[in-house]
Amino acid sequence: MTQKNIVEIENLSFGYGNRMLHKGINMVFPRGKVTAIMGGSGCGKTTILRLIGGQIKPKVGQVSVDGKIVHKQDRHGIYELRRKMGMLFQHGALFTDLSVFDNVAFPIREHTKLPESMIRDLVLMKLNAVGLRGAHKLMSTELSGGMARRVALARAIALDPDIIMYDEPFAGLDPISMAVICDLIRTLNDALGATSIIVTHDVEEAFSFADYIYFVADGVVAAEGTPKELSKSKLPFVHQFVHGEKDGPVPFHYNAPNYKKDIYESV
Amino acid sequence: MNPIFKILSNLGNQVTSRIWRLGSAARLFFLTLIYSGESFKRIHLTIREIYFTGVMSLIIIIVSAFFVGMVLGLQGYYTLQKYGSSESIGVLVALALLRELGPVVTALLFAGRAGTAITAEIGLMKATEQLSAMEMMAVSPIARIIGPRFWAGVISMPILASIFSMVGVMGGYLVAVPIIGVDHGAFWSQMNVNVDFRFDVVNGLIKSFVFGVACTIIALYEGFDAPPTAEGVSRATTRTVVTSSLTVLGLDFILTSFMIAH
Repeated sequence: MTQKNIVEIENLSFGYGNRMLHKGINMVFPRGKVTAIMGGSGCGKTTILRLIGGQIKPKVGQVSVDGKIVHKQDRHGIYELRRKMGMLFQHGALFTDLSVFDNVAFPIREHTKLPESMIRDLVLMKLNAVGLRGAHKLMSTELSGGMARRVALARAIALDPDIIMYDEPFAGLDPISMAVICDLIRTLNDALGATSIIVTHDVEEAFSFADYIYFVADGVVAAEGTPKELSKSKLPFVHQFVHGEKDGPVPFHYNAPNYKKDIYESV
Repeated sequence: MNPIFKILSNLGNQVTSRIWRLGSAARLFFLTLIYSGESFKRIHLTIREIYFTGVMSLIIIIVSAFFVGMVLGLQGYYTLQKYGSSESIGVLVALALLRELGPVVTALLFAGRAGTAITAEIGLMKATEQLSAMEMMAVSPIARIIGPRFWAGVISMPILASIFSMVGVMGGYLVAVPIIGVDHGAFWSQMNVNVDFRFDVVNGLIKSFVFGVACTIIALYEGFDAPPTAEGVSRATTRTVVTSSLTVLGLDFILTSFMIAH
């Protein structure tokens, strides 16, 4: 039976050493929807994607993809699940020894036995979707940041995945590239009938295309809702984040001892 | 904290972390062997790596071998002529190269040239999330990246060591025969009679095979284990040279002991 939610996170806790990043997170990602995970830097947003991809295991709780608990799968099971996923890494993570064409062809060549002529057609179609068909002969090192991210997106969708995960897709991009990527996320999601999970801290962009948004703070889901609901939210954290205010529940300073005491003690 | 306790605690940490690293390297080695079947399915990758690690190391190997051979010719003649047996110079050069200098110097040069390149490449692939991306595409980096480089190193090393010994003998010949004037026939016939195929040539090849496994797995492990930062990769590259060199010299002693005892 097809699950309504392609990804479900239940009571998830994860941390490195004694420092817990997540303390009981619950999220659902319905099929066909674009869901954003937002929160400040270092709150463990990217880690959630890595937990969904099975690259790390939760300490408590579970992540299910297509009804299967990710951390209980063996290597073969995890690889089976990953074939349903496409992931866009923050800086693209293109293979630097391969050309643009070979980067996009990589997953197709690894997982199918299609003839080279068909691979060529598929790759050019994917590159056309991100507007870079003309750049297929370039080496990945010759691309700008925005172009590299678009090629990585073409690679992520090469096998028409059910789930597309985006890790900070807008970080470090100029406004034009940002608008292009923004548009691509929505278009590709709807055209492929996929489910998109976007980790970002860019409020304006996320609010413009996401169907649902989760705010993560202090290791828990601090707020959730549609962009419309959240933009009207009176919750202090959401208000501070959405409006980019310096003062609010999220402190400017990292935890530190008393300032005066710290200064005098160091003398 | 009590200073003695601190010293003991540091020592304990050092020992456990080294044992931990040795265990992880052994795990990587066994995983590489397990995934070898998948690696060999992509044989073109192994061939490409043989080009980068083996063929591209040829110049440094040939030039070094030539000079080492010439020095052996000079030093050998200087010593042998005191005993009136300068005709044995061919045997001395050949045995020194086949039994010791060929495998050992090749391994040291290999660690410096190819080993560091492997560590830096894999460390940077890790730092730029290329290995993670591969994992997320359901492709094992051990089968796709580690395996081909491992087998390329293991295949290249004995061939490079053989080339080193051959070129070294030519260097020794050049110094001994045309320059010093040792008899051409004596040089080759003494070598022909006194070099044993099983105990000199094959043992040298066994050594270089073992050094190939050790140097390549060290370089791969250091890259795979490097912290994904500029400093992490640079330290890993340094560790590759230091660890490989010490391991080669240590293993050489152990192997030589077994071979001589036999």
